[in-house]
Amino acid sequence: MPLSFEKPIDDLEARIRDMQSYAEEQQVDMGEEVALLENRLATLTRDTFANLSRWQRVQVARAPGRPTAVDYLEGVLDEFTELHGDRTLGDDPAVVGGLARLGDHSVVVIAQQKGRDTKENIHRNFGMAHPSGYRKAIRLFDLADKFALPVLTFIDTPGAYPGIAAEEQGQAWVIAESIQRMSRLGVAAVSVVIGEGGSGGALAIGVANRVLMLENAVYSVISPESCAAIRWRDAGAAPQAAEALRLTAPDLLEQGVIDEIVAEPIGGAHKDPAGAVANVKAAVSSAFEGLRGLDRAALLTQRRQRFRKLGRFTEAA
Amino acid sequence: MALERWFRRQRPTRGDEGSPAGLWLKCPSCHAQIYRKDLVANLYLCPECDHHERMPVDARVAMLTDDGTFERWSGHILPVDSLEFVDTEPYAERLAAVQKKAERPDAIVTGAGEMLGERVAVAVMDFSFLGGSMGSVVGEELARAAERAAEEERAYVVVSASGGARMQEGALSLMQMAKTTVALEALTERRLPCITVLSDPTTGGVTASFATLGDLVVGEPGALICFAGPRVIQQTIKQDLPEGFQRSEFLLRKGMLDDVIPRRELKARLATYVRLLRGAPVDRERAAERVKVEKPELSRAAVL
Repeated sequence: MPLSFEKPIDDLEARIRDMQSYAEEQQVDMGEEVALLENRLATLTRDTFANLSRWQRVQVARAPGRPTAVDYLEGVLDEFTELHGDRTLGDDPAVVGGLARLGDHSVVVIAQQKGRDTKENIHRNFGMAHPSGYRKAIRLFDLADKFALPVLTFIDTPGAYPGIAAEEQGQAWVIAESIQRMSRLGVAAVSVVIGEGGSGGALAIGVANRVLMLENAVYSVISPESCAAIRWRDAGAAPQAAEALRLTAPDLLEQGVIDEIVAEPIGGAHKDPAGAVANVKAAVSSAFEGLRGLDRAALLTQRRQRFRKLGRFTEAA
Repeated sequence: MALERWFRRQRPTRGDEGSPAGLWLKCPSCHAQIYRKDLVANLYLCPECDHHERMPVDARVAMLTDDGTFERWSGHILPVDSLEFVDTEPYAERLAAVQKKAERPDAIVTGAGEMLGERVAVAVMDFSFLGGSMGSVVGEELARAAERAAEEERAYVVVSASGGARMQEGALSLMQMAKTTVALEALTERRLPCITVLSDPTTGGVTASFATLGDLVVGEPGALICFAGPRVIQQTIKQDLPEGFQRSEFLLRKGMLDDVIPRRELKARLATYVRLLRGAPVDRERAAERVKVEKPELSRAAVL
């Protein structure tokens, strides 16, 4: 199902398909007409996506059919081998971890996984991790340090799960610990925000040397809906809240929160998952390449300073 | 009907919010009528039931540091509205109004002092200032205080009180969680203690960063301490929450806090922690000390 602003694109695509099947059935050459419409389609798609409002980007970031973390694990990495469990509480399906090869190097990967359909969404708790998920991340950070393996994380979560058990098991404590543990990695770490970067639950695996973000992903301190409910006392004000929060990739690049925007295929990653995966693979490989010369101490210092200097204020005279 | 509802809305609510001159308050716990002066003189504890009311920052600093030793560090950096955030009112205007009222630039006070003779740096968050929310200035003050404490060989004591990250500052407020966390490394490297006191309320991004990363983490009695607030959880699971859920005593039982410490004993206990962690002998007399506040003569309290 297309997003509401994709309707004209979708309609045009349908017209092209109709024309092609008509031409085939009737054995007539409509190549010129089709080419004309395809040209129009490309322009329309480019224009639509070049002018997305922030709220529309939120919808793209959450679009059904958008590649999920597992799609990137399969497409970007070789020999992905999943490792389960947090060694304390259980195994949280919202966080997928494991070992893999990226080019010529072994890496530890940690990813937040939403579902690709309703059934998987329920199994993955819509990508909302419990404390167990963060504990899994923490123990994988330990593993990475011990074997001096670079760490790659994929961020895609509405936020850490707000529930009774999650609170009792110290959701806040494990997020804080995960932030701290990741900041202390003696190996190169790269994070990619692929969909939704929902608040502290996202940052918990986002304390990397290089933070990349897909063009239509969003990363925010609070969801537009919750922000609207609190600040406007009206969840219907989510579009205004999305504007106010400045949560798109260009916004965050400008604020220094991310280091690089990874382009999506025209029409968004959901239109061309393979294209999105290829772009992420290239960007991740070059991000690690750029960190290759740094030793343990330099990586630690670079990462610490990167986050230490974030913020905007003025010094009083 | 409408009139009846109007009358119901007029019933007195708790506390002195919005009316600093309010002379009489109602204890939210035991419902006793309390004379405001009694509450202030009693470390903001209910004279009847010891309920721990929220404490203003200056009173908290005075309570925790030895007389005449506190030297303020904070206040030299100012918040900016870099997103030009506007909801029902511009953030810049909200900020200006609360700065004027609080007479400080943002929701925190930091500084150096002595705590029963122990050299400490303290940071106290101000819940009355935009819900104690953490934006760039609060994060930077916390980070600078940690780093300066390390330079000056001081233990770091932080009293949190916050609704979480300041959403009007967008993703940069979220990043303060990472910033405050990495700033604590300065203390870790010098083996200086960081002790966090979670006061009512401590929630969201503050709980999920520096506040729970103290070497020791303690709560004040009855304080709400959580990641997601009770209302959010209730909306998510659509069930009633257990009695005492997310309060200090509950979290102590769940293993999340080192202890829950009554306010009268807080200063002495913090000083003891610092001494023990730094391997110094404990001065028994001082360790037993309570903040000397006589229970005030009650001015007609509970009569009403």
